[in-house]
Amino acid sequence: MSGLDVLLLAVGLLTAGAATLSVTSRQVLHAALWLVVTLGGLAGCYLVLGAELVALVQLLVYVGAVVVLVLFALMLTRAGGVPVVTGVPQRVAAGLVGAGTTVVLGGALLSAFGWGSVAIDGGDSTQVAATIFGTDVWPFELLSVLLLMALVAAVAVARAPVGGQDDASQRPDPPAEIEAVQGERP
Amino acid sequence: MLADVPWALEAVLKAAAVLAAFLTLPLALGQLEHKLMAHMQGRLGPMEAGPHGVLQLVADGIKFAQKEDITPAAADRPVFRLAPAVALVPYLVALAALPLGAAWVAVDVPASLLLVLAVTSVGVIGTLMAGWGSGNKYSLLGGLRAGAQLVSYELPLILAAASVAMAAGTLSLTGIVGQWSWWWLVWQAPAAVVFLAASVAELQRTPFDAPVADAEIVFGPLTEYTGLRFAFFLLAEYAGMVVMALLFTVLFLGGWRGPWADAGAGVVGVLWTLLKATGVGVLFLWLRVAWPRVREDQLQRLAWLVLIPVALLQLAVTGVGVVVWG
Repeated sequence: MSGLDVLLLAVGLLTAGAATLSVTSRQVLHAALWLVVTLGGLAGCYLVLGAELVALVQLLVYVGAVVVLVLFALMLTRAGGVPVVTGVPQRVAAGLVGAGTTVVLGGALLSAFGWGSVAIDGGDSTQVAATIFGTDVWPFELLSVLLLMALVAAVAVARAPVGGQDDASQRPDPPAEIEAVQGERP
Repeated sequence: MLADVPWALEAVLKAAAVLAAFLTLPLALGQLEHKLMAHMQGRLGPMEAGPHGVLQLVADGIKFAQKEDITPAAADRPVFRLAPAVALVPYLVALAALPLGAAWVAVDVPASLLLVLAVTSVGVIGTLMAGWGSGNKYSLLGGLRAGAQLVSYELPLILAAASVAMAAGTLSLTGIVGQWSWWWLVWQAPAAVVFLAASVAELQRTPFDAPVADAEIVFGPLTEYTGLRFAFFLLAEYAGMVVMALLFTVLFLGGWRGPWADAGAGVVGVLWTLLKATGVGVLFLWLRVAWPRVREDQLQRLAWLVLIPVALLQLAVTGVGVVVWG
C-alpha cells in the first residue's frame, strides 16, 4: 500500500464513522454537525484522489451553504432539545434504502471499472470545465432548469396565502405598527 | 531562495511564518481600530499600556487568559466548547494560501481563490454552533440572523470573485495578480464594491452587524462566552478582516504590483501588498465608525435586490470584455 492508499483509507474511515454517528445521533443538531464532518471528509477523499476542484466545490457548496441552511432550519423548529425517536419499521426501511443504494452504486462502479486498480487522474479545472460545458452541457443545463423550477416553486409556495386563495380580502391584516414602519411598501 | 532546504524543514518554517502572521496581523489591525476609531470620534483611545497605548491588546490578552472559562449549565457542552476553534481555524488555512508577493506564499495551489473562498465559508458553522450550543435565546436569535445573513451574502461574494477569475482566466491568486492591469480598477469596479459590501457582511461588522446587535440581543452568539474562548472569537473576527483585506487587495488592487513596471519584485512587492491591504482594513474600520446598523430586512433586501443583480451584470460585462479583447 502506498502512502496515498493509507491516507484514503484513513479519510474514508473517518467519513464512514462520522456518517454512522450522523444517522445514530439522538440530538438532531448533533446529527447535522456530524453531517458537516461527513461532507468535509468526503471532500478530503476527493482531494486524495486528485480531484481538487470537486473537493473545493464540495466544501464551498455543501459545508458552506447547504449545511448552514439545514442548521438555520433546525434553529427555526422546536426540535432542538428533544431527542429523536424513530420506530423499528422506519429504521428497517431506512436501512433497506441505504443498502439498496450501496448495491446499485457499487454495482455500477464495478461494472464500469472491474476489480483492477485505476491510475489517479483527477483532471485540472480546465478539463473539468471542458467536460461540463462541452460534452455534458445538456445534462448540466437540464439540472439547472430543474433547480430553477424548484426555486420558483418554493417562492410560490412561500408567498401563497394560507388556504390557497390569492385574494386581498383573505389576507390577515398586518398590525398597525408594522404598517406604520413599512409605510407604503406593497 | 528556499531551494536547498529539505522539504520538511521548509514546510515547518512556512507553517511557523503563517502562524506568526496569523497571531500578529489581527492584533495590529485591532490596535489600529482602537486608535483610529478614537481619533475619528475626537478621543485619545487607549493611552496607558505602553507608549501611546500600543500594548493595550497585550494587556487585553492577559486579562482574557485570567478570566474564568464558564460553560453555562444549559449549554450543549461539546458544541459550545468546540465552536471557537471551528470559527478560528478556517482563517488560518485561508491565510496560508494568500500570496503577499509573487514568491511569498506558503501554499501555492492551482485553485487558491476557490480554496480561500471555500474554507472561509466554513467559519460560519462555528458561529451557528455557538448560537445553538449556548442554550440562550439571545444566542439562538443571533445564530439565526448570522445564518440567514451569511448564506445571503455568500452568493454576491463568490460572484464578484468569479468575475475577476473570469477576467484573468485563472483560479490561482498569483495568476490573477500576474494578469492584472490598471484599467481593471474601472472594469471590475462594480465587482469590487459588491465584494467589499459582502465581505463586511460576512465578517458581521457594522453596518451589517445585526447578528451581534448589542442593543437588541446582547452579543448574539457570543453572549455566553468568557475568557479565552471569547478571545478566540474576537481573534477570528480580526483574522477574518485581515484575510478579506488581503483577498480584496489581490483580486481588485493588483496585489504586489506597484505603479512602476519593476516595483512588484521581492520585498518591495510585499510592502505594496501590505500597504494596500492596510488601506482596505482602514476602510473596514471607517465603515464601522461612520455608518449606523442596518435593520435585518434592509440587510436581506440589499443582498438580494442590489448586490446579486449588480454582480450578475458585472459577470456579463466581464464575459463580453473577455470575448472582445481576449
